[in-house]
Order: sequence, then structure tokens, then C-alpha cells
Amino acid sequence: MAALVQYLITGIGVGCAYALLGSGLVVIYRVTRVVNFAQGSFAVLAALTVTTLLAAGLPHGLAEVSAVLLAAAIGLLTGLVATGRPGTTPQSALIVTLGLGVFAYAVEILFWGDQPRSFPGLPGTVAGVQSHYLLIAAVTAVVLAATALLFARTDLGRALTATAEDPYAARAVGIDVRRMGLLAFVVGGALGGLAGVLITPVQQVTFDSDVALVVNGFSAAILGNLTRPGLTLAGGLLLGVVQALVGGYGSTSYQTEVALVLMLAVLIVRAGSTRAETA
Amino acid sequence: MIAGVSDLTVRYAAATALDGVSLHVADGEMVALIGPNGAGKSTLVNALCGLLRPASGTIAVRGDLALVPEGRHLFPSLSVDDNLRLGAWRRRRRDTSHIYGLLPGLVKLRDRPAGRLSGGEQQMVALGRALMARPSLLVIDEMSLGLAPKIVDDLAAHLRERNTVDGLAVLLIEQNARLALELCARAYVLEAGRVVAEGPSAQLASSPEVAAAYLGLEA
Repeated sequence: MAALVQYLITGIGVGCAYALLGSGLVVIYRVTRVVNFAQGSFAVLAALTVTTLLAAGLPHGLAEVSAVLLAAAIGLLTGLVATGRPGTTPQSALIVTLGLGVFAYAVEILFWGDQPRSFPGLPGTVAGVQSHYLLIAAVTAVVLAATALLFARTDLGRALTATAEDPYAARAVGIDVRRMGLLAFVVGGALGGLAGVLITPVQQVTFDSDVALVVNGFSAAILGNLTRPGLTLAGGLLLGVVQALVGGYGSTSYQTEVALVLMLAVLIVRAGSTRAETA
Repeated sequence: MIAGVSDLTVRYAAATALDGVSLHVADGEMVALIGPNGAGKSTLVNALCGLLRPASGTIAVRGDLALVPEGRHLFPSLSVDDNLRLGAWRRRRRDTSHIYGLLPGLVKLRDRPAGRLSGGEQQMVALGRALMARPSLLVIDEMSLGLAPKIVDDLAAHLRERNTVDGLAVLLIEQNARLALELCARAYVLEAGRVVAEGPSAQLASSPEVAAAYLGLEA
């Protein structure tokens, strides 16, 4: 029983990171129609940056926030490179993000080497639960709620939605569609960076951790059809918990496969129901 | 003159969509642009609104221009009120209340998602969204397309009122030539990317060619 509770907590913590990363994918996809495969690199770069900033003597909090801001800036750069040239199709941009993700490996190995790194999270326990897991859940809840409010309650969020729904009409009312796309990359970069910063104290990071993160974040986002933030959160938590259970009662080596099979199952079920609707 | 194009040429790849078109709208004037499908009317609208770049020619717009695009192009998941707010995206003040005064039919639709409205309701929202920009020239692309006559009359009355009360200039792009010539004092006829006739609406309506081609009358 105690083990089950621990697996659930671990799963929710990891699932929050997937949800944050997946939400970043969703924000970028909704506004630009680009599937950003560099999304995992935002998390890894931010996490590795925190290790360096802490080693340089920056206090906790400041180091983490700085790394998230850096990830936002890297998001902007990614957006500029992938979509900056007018007339770039979302498909071409996807390939560019894939290339940038591989390029990030080179940068990461150059600066941080290829060994796993980590840094301490929030110490202590509350009612038998590691405090850091509670921090992950709380920060995720606050940040995703704030993102939802941005979209639902501000004119900037409405303009982002407008750009996603009808770029032609958005331009006609004077919205700078390109700038909105870049803004989406900034938000996506920050969400990805936050995922990496939150998860690293409980799960070491290496230069290629982005693969597991982006596969799971993408799976979570696919559950929400790449456009629904609420389902992405649910998908992330589900993946995290299922993986923790598989890892706990079975073998950790099947964890990512579980994510892939789950994603495949959802796609198959959805394809089946779409066919039923059109038939 | 509030807006005009002169000797405008627009090409899509190898095809020439507009070929040396000149057109202008004076302050407070209502002008119609009629012509068959594929004549280049929407291309002219998009060029005038800065949404596409011409191959050659000049475009001059003085004051603020707002577009009611063909097919309305509302933001479907956003509420009517949010659609209206985005109409004023370029402005600092985005208060929508005056629009509900101008178009009282929108009051009861205020919180409905725009994608769930009927075509006529959507066209009214599209008009309201454009008016939110407090434009001096309103460009309306295919206002009557697919709408019931009663709704078209309603829209036309609103346009006439804004024109007489606020001096709003209007460029009305219409397949329904009878409506356009009735509503506007002056008109252009566009065919295959060229202006083939222009002048006061009454004069165009009485010309045998226009009457035969666009008003369904025998020449």
C-alpha cells in the first residue's frame, strides 16, 4: 500500500513535467501549426543551466527562474529560425525544429559533458511525501491555470486564439500573425524549461533526456489532439502514473514503450471513431 | 480621396489577377465594385487592405480602413463580444458597448461563440467587428452572399445609416449588382482583372451591357 502511494506520487510528479512540456507543444502548435520537436531541448537546456548557476553561487529560486527565462529566449530563437522566413510551411518548420534539437545536443555536450547531472530540490517531507513532489504539483497547477487565464481572459490570449483559428481574419483586424507565432514559441520555451527545472531534482538529466520528455509530452498532447490543454494535462498525469506503476511493479525499461503504446492506442481508437462518424 | 489604387497589377504565379486597375473612394462616399466570379474583386480587396503585395501600381489609404471579409471569417470559438474586441486590436480602447448601440441585434448574442451563429448573425458580428476599428473607410467583401433578403436589407440599412450619420465611406464588393447599384452612388465593373465600366450607379444601371450582364435584363 505504501509502495502504491509512493508510485502514485512519483507518477504525478513526473506526469506534471510531461503536462507542462506537452502544453508548450500545444501552445506552439495551436498558434503556428508547427509540431516543435525541439521542445525537449528547452527542458534539458534549462535544467543543465540551473546546475551551472547553482554551482556559480546563485541562490535557489533565482537560478531556476533565470533558467526558465533562458528557455523562453531559446524558444524565441527556435521560433525565429523555424518560422522566421515568410512562406515556411509548418512541415518544413517541423524538420527545422528537429535539426535544432540535434544541434542542442552538441551545445549541451560542449558545455556540460555527457554525464548525468542533477541538483537538489525542495528538501524535507510533508506527511510522508517528498516536499519536492508537492512543489512540482503546485507550480504546475498555478502555471497551467495562469496559461489558461491568459488565453481565456486577456486580449493578448484572444489574439493568440484568433491567430490559431483564422490567420487571415487575424491579419485583417491588424494582428501581427508572425509576432503571435513567436510569442507562442516564447511561452512554449518557458513551459518546456519549467518542466526540466522541476523534474531534474527527482530525475537526473543528460543531454539526451529530451527524447523521453518530448515523446511523453507529445503523447500527452496527442491525447488532447495537440489543441486541448485540459486533455494534455490529463494525458500527462495518466502517462506519469502508468509509467510509475509499470516501473514499480514491472520493469523500468518498459516505461517509454508504455507511453508509445498508449499514444498508438489513442490514435487507433480515434481513427476508428472518426471513421464511424463519417460513415 | 480616402483610398485609391492606381494602375494596380497583381499576379499569382503566372496568372494575372489584376491588370492595371485604378479605383478610388472619396470621403464619405459609398462605392460599389461589381463583376462576375473570378474577376479579381477579392484580390483588389486584399491588395487595398495590405494583405497581399501587388506586382506594380500604387495603393494609397488615408485614415483607418476596416475589412468585412468574404465568408465573414469570424473567430469561431471566441464569443461575439471577444470577436468585437479584437476588431479594435490596433486601438488602445476596446470598449464594445457602442457597437451594441449601433447594432442592437447583437446584444442577445453577446456571449455566444461566433461559430454557433446563423449566417446573418455572423455577418452582423463581422460588420460590428469592423466598426470597432472606428474606420473612416469600410470595405465589405460579398456582403449579401448566402443571406436571406430580409437580412441583406437590414445590413444595407445599417450601412446607409453609418454613412449618413458618421460620414463613413464604404467600398461594397457585391455579386448582387442590383443591391450594390441601389446602395452606392458610384460603381466600378470589374471583368477578368480590368475595369470595364465605371460611373454613377444610375448611369451604369441604364447601360445595356451592364443591365444584360448583371441585372438580368434584356439588352
